[in-house]
Amino acid sequence: MTQPHSPSPTNEPLSPTTSTTTTTTTTSTTTKPPAMRLIVPLQGVVQGRGGLILGSIIPCALFYFYQLYLKKHRRRPPPPSQTPPFLSPTSSSTDLTRSSSRPNLRSSSSLGPAPVSGRAHGLSKPNVSPYYIGLDRFREDPYCPSVNPDGLCMDLIEKWVVEHWEKSMGSELGINGIATYQPLDGLMDLKLAMSDFMSMVMGNVSIDPSHLVLTCGATPAVEILGFCLADHGNAFLIPAPYYAGFDRDLVRTGVELIPVHCRSSDNFTFSITALEQAYNNARKRGVKVRGILLSNPSNPVGNLLPKETLHNLLDFAREKNIHIISDEIFAGSTFGSEEFVSIAEIVDWEDLDKDRVHIIYGLSKDLSLAGFRVGAIYTANENVLTASKKLARFSSISAPTQHLLISMLSDKRFIQEYMVTNRKRLKIMHDSFVSGLEQLGIRCAKSDGGLYCWVDMSALIKPYNEKGELELWDKLLTTGKVNISPGSAFHCIEPGWFRCCFTTLPEADVPLVMNRIKKVVESCKSSS
Amino acid sequence: MLSKIAAGNGHAEESAYFDGWKAYENDPFHPVDKPHGVIQMGLAENQLCFDLVKEWILKNPSASICTVEGVDQFQDIAIYQDYHGLPEFRKAVARFMEKVRGEKVKFDRDLRWRTGVQLVPVLCNSSDNFKITKSALEDAYERAQDAKIKVKGLLITNPSNPLGTVLDKETLISILAFTNEKNIHLVSDEIYGATVFGQPKFISIAEIMIDQPHNPDLIHIVYSLSKDLGFPGFRVGIVYSYNDNVVNCARKMSSFGLVSTQTQRLIASMLSDEVFVERFLVESSKRLEERHRAFTWGLNQVGIQSLKSNAGLFVWMDLRHLLQDATVEAELTLWRVIINEVKINVSPGSSFHCSEPGWFRVCIANMSDETMDVALRRIRSFVLKKKNVAKPPVVSTKRKCWQTNLQLRLSNKRLDDFMGISQIGSPHSPLPQSPLLRAQT
Repeated sequence: MTQPHSPSPTNEPLSPTTSTTTTTTTTSTTTKPPAMRLIVPLQGVVQGRGGLILGSIIPCALFYFYQLYLKKHRRRPPPPSQTPPFLSPTSSSTDLTRSSSRPNLRSSSSLGPAPVSGRAHGLSKPNVSPYYIGLDRFREDPYCPSVNPDGLCMDLIEKWVVEHWEKSMGSELGINGIATYQPLDGLMDLKLAMSDFMSMVMGNVSIDPSHLVLTCGATPAVEILGFCLADHGNAFLIPAPYYAGFDRDLVRTGVELIPVHCRSSDNFTFSITALEQAYNNARKRGVKVRGILLSNPSNPVGNLLPKETLHNLLDFAREKNIHIISDEIFAGSTFGSEEFVSIAEIVDWEDLDKDRVHIIYGLSKDLSLAGFRVGAIYTANENVLTASKKLARFSSISAPTQHLLISMLSDKRFIQEYMVTNRKRLKIMHDSFVSGLEQLGIRCAKSDGGLYCWVDMSALIKPYNEKGELELWDKLLTTGKVNISPGSAFHCIEPGWFRCCFTTLPEADVPLVMNRIKKVVESCKSSS
Repeated sequence: MLSKIAAGNGHAEESAYFDGWKAYENDPFHPVDKPHGVIQMGLAENQLCFDLVKEWILKNPSASICTVEGVDQFQDIAIYQDYHGLPEFRKAVARFMEKVRGEKVKFDRDLRWRTGVQLVPVLCNSSDNFKITKSALEDAYERAQDAKIKVKGLLITNPSNPLGTVLDKETLISILAFTNEKNIHLVSDEIYGATVFGQPKFISIAEIMIDQPHNPDLIHIVYSLSKDLGFPGFRVGIVYSYNDNVVNCARKMSSFGLVSTQTQRLIASMLSDEVFVERFLVESSKRLEERHRAFTWGLNQVGIQSLKSNAGLFVWMDLRHLLQDATVEAELTLWRVIINEVKINVSPGSSFHCSEPGWFRVCIANMSDETMDVALRRIRSFVLKKKNVAKPPVVSTKRKCWQTNLQLRLSNKRLDDFMGISQIGSPHSPLPQSPLLRAQT
C-alpha cells in the first residue's frame, strides 16, 4: 500500500507569477510538482550564474513560452488521477445544480484564473476513494426498507425526548442564555455530563471534566491533536487497516500517516516489533515520528486491544518519547465476550505518562447522534489542553445541542438503559450478519466492538490483488446493490477484506442483504 | 514535545482585546448582585431582539426536534451528517441573505460554511473618516511586496468592524477594480449586513458585481448569523463564493466545522417564515437605531465625539483629547483606567490596528437599557472628573497594584504593521498562523 499522499505545501498550481519568486523551503517529503522544478533551475540562471545574456534572455524566453503554454491549456480540465478505469470519481454527482447568477456577471480578467491555495487545490480534487464513492452511490439510489431504524437505538432517544421535551426544548426557549457567545471549548455543564458518560462507557475509569475540550465532532478533534502534537512534515505511526477518514482529518496539518501493517494471522493486531520497524524506517528517511494514532475498538476490524498490548504500547511510546492518540469513539459499542479496556485505565495519571496519552471520543457512534456534531479531546497534558482549547474556537458545538445533551446525558437511568439495550441489539445484528455470511462460506475476523464486521472475501477475488478487490467491490455495489467498503480504502495490505456495517438496517432485512451478496458470490464462483 | 503551533503565541490571545474580556470575567456586572462590576462593552453581541425570537419559537414547536410536534424528525436530523447541509437550511439562509441585501442580489449558488478570517492592515485615517482609499490599498500592496510577502487577497468587513460605517458605492467599485487589477481574491465579510439603520443603506459587493467588470472567481462573501440575528452561540457561518474550486474545497473542509443539524433545522424553519423575518429585520434595525442614538447623545453631552456611523453593534468613540500624548502607550494607559476605575470593558483602537491612538470601540447592543444607563453614567462622571482636574497627573512608572492583572504583550506592533505581518486581535479571526489560511508565499 502506498503512503497516503499529502499535498506539498508549496504546490503553486499554474500560477503565472514572476519567475523570481523567492525559493520556498519545503519540509514535506513528497515529490515537488513540476511548476517548482521549472522555477528552481531558472533561478540559477537568473542569479547570474549564466552571465547577463543567459541570465536575461533565456529566462525571458522560457517564461514567454510558459505563458503561451498556460494560455493554450487554460481550459483543459484537471487530469483524473488514480482512478480505476471502470469508475468515475465523484464530482458532479454530489454537486447540486449551479445557479443562474453567473451568466449575469461580466468578467474581464485577462490574467487567467486566480489561483487558489495549494491546500484548496489538493482538497478540491474529486474523491477517488471507494470509501466515499460507495457512500455517494448509496445516496443516489438508497434502499428504503419499510421500517428504517438508522441507528439501532434511535427509538429510545426519541422516546426520551418526547417524555422530557420541556427539559430539552427549554434549551431553545431559554434563548437569551444560549444564543450568546459561549465558552468555545464547551459549556462546563456539558463537560461534566460528558465526563460522567465517558467514564461509564470506558469501564468506570475516572475522567476529569477539566481535561476535556469539546469539539463539533471527532473529526476536528483528530485534526486539533494533529496540530498540537506534530509539525508539518512529521509523522504518526498508525496500525493498518485504519479508518479511511484519518487521512482526510490530518490533511491540513501536513502530518504523514505511516501505516504499520497488521496481518490476518494475528487477527489484525499490531506488534511492537512492527511499530519499531516502522519507526526506524521513518527515521532512515529523515521523517520524525511524533506519535502513534490508533482506534480502539478498532475500525475497521472491530477488535479490542488487550491490556498487555496497551502496556507494551505505552512502554514503546515512553522509550521513543512520542505521543499516543487513542480514538475510542466506539467504546460504548461493544458486544462480545471481551471487555473493553481504555488506555485511560492503564495510564498513571500522576506520572509523566499522562503528558503523552490523549483520547478522542464522540457521540456519533455510541449514541448515533452524528448530525449533532459532538466530539471530545481528553488530555491531561496542560500544554496540549491549552492549545486545543484555543484551536477549538473553530470547531465549537452549537449551543442548543449542548443544552439538549446536558439534559440527556444527565439522565443516568436513561443512559444506563440505553447502553445496555444498544449492546444487546449490536450483538444480535453482529451475530446475525456473521452467521449469514458463514452460510455463504465467507468468514469474518473475530470482533467484539464497532458497528461492522471485517469480512474475508479473498477467495472470491481474481486476481488476488487490489484490482481484483476493487472489481468485486464494484460488482457488489453495481450488481448486488450493496455498499460495503473494500479493504484498500482502509490501507489493508491483504487484498480481499471488506468492512460491512450492520447497524443501518433492521434485523428483518438481513436475509435480503445475504441474498444479494449470495448472487454476487455465485456469479464470482461461476466466472472463475 | 509540542508542535510549534501549540507552543507558539500564534493564537494572539494575549492582546488588550482579550485582556479586557478577562477583566470582565473576573468581575462581571450584574444590576442586583454586582452593581459595581465591569460592564461588558467589548463584545459585539446583539441581544436586542431575543423577545421576538422567543415568541417565534413558542409559536413554532415543530421547528424544534425536542418537542412532541417535532420529535418525528429527530432520527433523520440526528444522523444526518452530509456536509452539504440540510437543503432547507441552505435555501433559508440564502433567502435571508438576499433579504438583508434589499433583495437586490440573488444567492442561488450553493452555500458552504466554515469560519475563518484573517486581517492584513491597510491604513485608514480619521482625516478621511477612515475610508479605504485607493492609495492606501496600493501602499499596503507595495509594502507587502517590498517585504517579499505575496498578497493573495483583500479582506474587507462591510459594514465595518470596528467603525460601524457602511462602505459607499464608489469605495466598493474602487476596491473591486483594485483586486481585479492585481488579480487577487476579494473576501467581503458582511456579517453586520442587517445591523444597518437609517442612511446610507447597506450595499453588498454582490450588488456591485452586477454592473462592474470583475472576475467572479475572485469574489467571496463571508456571512454568519452571529450578529444580525444574535445567535453566536449557535455557531453558524457561511462562505458564499462564485469560485467552484473554493466551494468544493470549502465543502470538504467544512467537515471540521459542520453546523449541528438540530440547529440547522431550527434556523431553517425560522428563516423560512418570511413574515417573521421581515418583522425581525425592521424591528432589529429600529432598536439598534434607538440604542445608537441614546448612547451617542449621552457621549456628546460630555464632549465625547464618535465616528458618524449607522451600522454594527458598536460605536467608534474618539477619546484622543483625553490622552496624555498621541501614543499607543497612552491609549493603553487610558484603557486600563477605563477598565479598572470606570469599570467598563471597551476595546482600544490599537487592538484593531488603528494607526491613530485614542479611538475605542464600545459595544452597545449586548445589554438592557438600564445597564446602558449605568454605563453612560459612569462614563460621564469619569469624563467630568477628568475635566475638573487641572492637569492630568504624570503616570507613575511604579506599577500600581491594579495593574498587575493586565499583562500586555506589546510586540512591536507598529513595525509589524508596516511589515504587513499581522498580529491578530479581532473577535472572529483565526490564528494568524492558522494553517487554514496561511498564504503560500
